[in-house]
Amino acid sequence: MFNLFLLQLLNGAQFGILLFLVAAGLTLVFGIMDFINLAHGVLYMVGGYVMAMMMGTTGNFWLSLTLVLPVMLVLGLALEVLVFRRLYDRSHLDQVLATFGLILVLSELVKILWGSAPLSVPMPEALSGSIALAGPMRYPVYRIAVIGVGLAVALALWFVIARTRVGMLLRAGAANRAMVSALGTDINRLFMLVFAAGAMLAGFAGAIVSPILSVDPGMGDSILILTFVVIVIGGVGSVKGAFFAALLVGIVDTLGRMFGPILLKALMDPAAAAQAGRTIAPMLVYILMAAVLFWRPTGLFGRSVAR
Amino acid sequence: MTDALLQVRNLRKTYGALKVTNDVSLDVHEGEIHAIIGPNGAGKTTLISQLSGQLRPDSGTVIYTGQDITALDMAARVRMGLARSFQLTTLLPSFTVLENVAVAVQAREGSSFRFFRPASTERALNDQAMECLNDVGLSGTASRLAGALSHGEKRQLELAIALATRPRLLLLDEPLAGTGHEEAAQLVDLFGRLKSRVTMMLIEHDMNAVFALADRVSVLVYGEIAACGTPDAVRNDAKVRAAYLGEEEVA
Amino acid sequence: MTYMTQTLTEPRAGLAARLKLALAIFALLAVVPPLAHAMGEPFMIIIATRMMVFAIAALSLDLILGHGAMVSFGHAAYLGFGSYAVAILSRAGISDLVLQMVAAVLASALFALVTGAISLRTRGVYFIMITLAFGQMAYFFFVSFSALGGDDGVALAARSTVLGLPLLQGETGLFYVTLGLLIAAFAGLYLLTRSRFGRVLTGTRESALRMQAIGFRPLPYQLTAYVISAAICGVAGVLLANQAVYVSPAYMSWHRSGEMIVMLVLGGVGSLTGAMTGALVTVALEEGLARFSEHWRLGFGLILVLVALLSPGGLSGLLRKFNLLRDDK
Repeated sequence: MFNLFLLQLLNGAQFGILLFLVAAGLTLVFGIMDFINLAHGVLYMVGGYVMAMMMGTTGNFWLSLTLVLPVMLVLGLALEVLVFRRLYDRSHLDQVLATFGLILVLSELVKILWGSAPLSVPMPEALSGSIALAGPMRYPVYRIAVIGVGLAVALALWFVIARTRVGMLLRAGAANRAMVSALGTDINRLFMLVFAAGAMLAGFAGAIVSPILSVDPGMGDSILILTFVVIVIGGVGSVKGAFFAALLVGIVDTLGRMFGPILLKALMDPAAAAQAGRTIAPMLVYILMAAVLFWRPTGLFGRSVAR
Repeated sequence: MTDALLQVRNLRKTYGALKVTNDVSLDVHEGEIHAIIGPNGAGKTTLISQLSGQLRPDSGTVIYTGQDITALDMAARVRMGLARSFQLTTLLPSFTVLENVAVAVQAREGSSFRFFRPASTERALNDQAMECLNDVGLSGTASRLAGALSHGEKRQLELAIALATRPRLLLLDEPLAGTGHEEAAQLVDLFGRLKSRVTMMLIEHDMNAVFALADRVSVLVYGEIAACGTPDAVRNDAKVRAAYLGEEEVA
Repeated sequence: MTYMTQTLTEPRAGLAARLKLALAIFALLAVVPPLAHAMGEPFMIIIATRMMVFAIAALSLDLILGHGAMVSFGHAAYLGFGSYAVAILSRAGISDLVLQMVAAVLASALFALVTGAISLRTRGVYFIMITLAFGQMAYFFFVSFSALGGDDGVALAARSTVLGLPLLQGETGLFYVTLGLLIAAFAGLYLLTRSRFGRVLTGTRESALRMQAIGFRPLPYQLTAYVISAAICGVAGVLLANQAVYVSPAYMSWHRSGEMIVMLVLGGVGSLTGAMTGALVTVALEEGLARFSEHWRLGFGLILVLVALLSPGGLSGLLRKFNLLRDDK
């Protein structure tokens, strides 16, 4: 039982790390630009497809993963220049309209280019084994590598935000948008950078997850909504909040699906418990989010609204 | 002597290390115009916001008509007759001028949980609103959109809305700011006429207006009351001259 | 929530023109069935019914989103409650439309009352996201509801009866019942938005601070509007289930909620006629494009992006640009 728990905890952490990679850029977009971007999940999906395509041509995992980054960066820049930039000053609703449209466009393009059937990406040889956990349980090296890479990215982001000039602007922007607006021309470059970096991180997440899950056109949708949950729980604009909230959501979701029915069985008869468990497990993270917002209407690390 | 209409006791508010309101105590008596003057950043608007209920003080009490209202929100205070006008004009831009005032009348005239009868045809609301517009000299613009008014007209409308709540005590946050010479004179004249009906607390930079209108003046410097008294007494207070009036041309 | 005022300011003089437009749309819709039969294209009736169902849903959303500045991203949940009210009651042997509607309205209103009270503690982006979360909760509840088909949904045995009569069995009957309810929803909301209550609601949209400063607490008004809006959308859900003779959690996915916002923004937020037109045009566009290509979403998505970029204020913004809806000053 303990081993199973440990295993699921690691799975939850790994899922959380992925959520963090997608959420990190988006929380800044929300917080600093006050921009509702529904199309961020699609970038995660596109990352997966670019990875699959690169693997198809090069056959080399590491080369493909490296190539995903500049491709996503360019895509992020292109979208910023063509669409997002023109919508910063507009209402949230116009932003919803445009980015909802972008979801449709990019999802459909992917279907046209690669079809609707899921694609799979082979795992690199070096990471395809597993290591022993306590007792007979083993855990895949690749998943541990995902956790490691995610932590490294988190550390790098922390360094950028805490120690550099760009980071100072980002922190100032999350705390007080008017202040950043007062900085003038710099702001357009900052926005572009945040968007492009966010797109790259989301695409990177889609790429590294491709050997574990398959790549399919719907993968962006499911992660987008969970990313929102992460951002809101963490507090809009807070990368630190996104990190902790992502782990929390990842672990709660994973453990809930596994142990929810088991715990319920102690309380009611097995058939009812199984049904109740199946019902409640997917709702758990949303209940968590509603609860957090009930007690802290601006999230765990969000700036409080002056009253 | 009876208790003052508004009694402020030991009010404090800090933002980080900055003491915006530092142990402020003052009285506003029924029927007077009590002006608050002070240099920019002295905490005048913050003080009004705490009196109107928009901002919670860190400590201290606000007593109005003998009741402790410190914990009440803005809506509750307005319903007790304690209204304010805003320094930064706060209107309903897509409502007409008349509607901006009529909705304030509506707030105190019967329930607003009425779902079918068109509100714009309610004579009782519109008539009272028109009266308030007449008071401030805006009756000619009743059917225009509030968002399309000139700056001075917006200031007048701001005042008409406050009057429509039937205030007993009106907190005026720089009502003359941004008005033209003529409009300002009209408003000063109006405050003089209102004096018999409404007690007023007035924040104002226009010293001519302050000394023409006020019965008493309190001087706020760095969040503290530096002096309080009749306009003449304050004008001649050495401390005040040094701290504040020295910078300006004294009439 | 002043961030919306840019698209929300509704010029007064445009009002009469909008009302005329709405009446013209109703008149046009009323002649669809005979016209469709005459042209030998009966499927047009089905599409027009769908258009009207979503028009009712969009009208309900406009009450809170357009007039109340509450951007709900979970409104499709109420389409689901309405639909499942039909599925559950008809399985229990209650096939009367009126009873089903009462159940749908009660269920929607109750869910809205509870979730709205919690959601309205938050503002701006947080409000959008928490309503999304509640929508997802409802969605996953029905996805895991295996007795009613879970993810796959469930087909209905038959359409509802009206006071014992099989009024909805034919497409024409359903069409006119839907049209009647659309007109009723429009008329009710038209009066509501101009009533004392509506005035407080729109006033809060314009400036919550101003409303507090004249003695209103916004929350009870916002929550009431939220509940009314949900109830009306529940009715649309009842009609949707009857139209498709099928009920599925897909009706309440976040995609649907997003689509409902899209309808509103396309038509012009804060105007009932705009909301209705936006829904009619969106559904017609989807159905029309789907006939051309299986990849119709590409074209539809491009249209949305272009409208957002080029025409703030949606279709009514466009019409105003060409002076078709004049706003006198």
